[in-house]
Amino acid sequence: MLIAALRKELLLQWRSRAQFMAVFVFGAAALLLFSFAVGPVAEMLRQFSAGFLWLGLLLSSTLTLAESFHAEMENRALEGLLLLPANPRALYYGKAIANWLQLILLGISLVPVMVILYDAGTTRIGSLVVVIALGTAGLSAPGTLYAAMTAQVRSKQTLLPLLLFPLIVPALLASVKATSLIILGDPMNQSSAWIILLVAFDAIYWSLCGLLFGRVVEE
Amino acid sequence: MQFTGPCADFFSVESSKSEGFIRMKRNLFWLAIALLAAAVYFGLLVTMGDQYLHADLSLGLPVGGQALIAFLGGLAAIVILLIADDFRNLSRPKALGLAGFVLLMLGSYFGLFVAPPEQFMGETQRIMYVHVPTAWFALVAMTLAFVAAVVFLFGGNYDWDARMEASIEVGVVLAFLLCCQGAIWAKPTWGVWWDWDPRLTTTAVLLFAFLGILALRKFVDDPHRRAMWSAVATIVAYVDVPIVYFSVKWWNSLHQQQSNPNTVSKPFWIPLRANAFGILLLMTAFIMLRARVAALRLEHELAPPPALDAAEIGENV
Repeated sequence: MLIAALRKELLLQWRSRAQFMAVFVFGAAALLLFSFAVGPVAEMLRQFSAGFLWLGLLLSSTLTLAESFHAEMENRALEGLLLLPANPRALYYGKAIANWLQLILLGISLVPVMVILYDAGTTRIGSLVVVIALGTAGLSAPGTLYAAMTAQVRSKQTLLPLLLFPLIVPALLASVKATSLIILGDPMNQSSAWIILLVAFDAIYWSLCGLLFGRVVEE
Repeated sequence: MQFTGPCADFFSVESSKSEGFIRMKRNLFWLAIALLAAAVYFGLLVTMGDQYLHADLSLGLPVGGQALIAFLGGLAAIVILLIADDFRNLSRPKALGLAGFVLLMLGSYFGLFVAPPEQFMGETQRIMYVHVPTAWFALVAMTLAFVAAVVFLFGGNYDWDARMEASIEVGVVLAFLLCCQGAIWAKPTWGVWWDWDPRLTTTAVLLFAFLGILALRKFVDDPHRRAMWSAVATIVAYVDVPIVYFSVKWWNSLHQQQSNPNTVSKPFWIPLRANAFGILLLMTAFIMLRARVAALRLEHELAPPPALDAAEIGENV
């Protein structure tokens, strides 16, 4: 059932890939704008590059997440899915994993933009990808849960960030810190501590949100 | 407030059970008052008697036992008051609120005029008499909201939805006051309005998280969904509190370390504890009053649409 739900989500995302491009352009534009807030000081931009990358990713992720229940809202498709002889948790995890994969892709595609704009290159590509994967997992789990609520109410574009942003403060903090250590050098090997924090955050929210999802969609 | 009509059972299973249950709740109220009286006696009056009357009122109890009674008695009293509250009696929360207001005035008088200035921080430290109790009860109110959310999710009793809404709102007010007081204290002490201290930052994050839940409640019209969703969001947000605290602490560890609070000496106890009991009573009273408003609104929303008279239908046609 989980596999079927995941297949459905990935197919939906593949068919609406124009939306992914739009979100990517939004994120890249945000990265461009952040540099105007600091000024053309190369060293400072490099210092803050990890923070800018994650803020850009966070802002664009709300667009992805807010749209993720769009298809279910049409023709009462969510009710139809819930009537299937399957656990609603499979629906949740399918959607959360699909959102996660899309956010990983978005994060990885924003990295070259960051490298070019802020001169923030690194050779530790592997650890960077791990941090992006763990950080976006922290966005995706509560984000998908909240998207299930906010998709059904008025002014969902306002409500989702309002609920999500305070919640993911620890994940954002740890991701920025770990990314920044990867880019600027990590002589004390501190980034592993932040990665452990990210793993703990992900573990807590991937299990808790899955447990509570049934209550959100029940009629 | 008497819940009648066809949905009385649905709305409030407990309060419509039986006369015996209602009588038990009335006794629970007086039990809570007794607990509160014991807590105030051992937490406040014993110290006051010792300090100003030079009389030993402790009834032979050691200091640790007194503090334990004051702490556990106060907490148990809040919980019992909220459980026993059936939203009918308006005079109880009003009386509690008045008592809290008097205690807060007393504590503020002692804190501002009687207690000596602190050795290192001087007069600035006096804000601690209201800041510390606010911090305690902001966290207590949020915890009550979390408990109410869990009880609602498992029990489905709408009384707990009303209590949750009330606790979140009172918690948000206290957390906002806490941030303001923190900023007022930080300016003369550290020279900045805001410091990325883990406690201050956690309070701000908590404030925004619970404001988001209140906004969610405003946007959802269906009472069942609103209750379910805000209960889920409250649980998810509350679980975040320790994670935020430790991550900010970790993140901030390379910057300045804040000074540890010194052990509090006796003349400082009286305003601190009077204010603590005052804010405790005010918080409980506000939650009870706000829960009553929420319950009345819920009753209105959950009631079936009124049947139209034949005459009215005739007029409309």
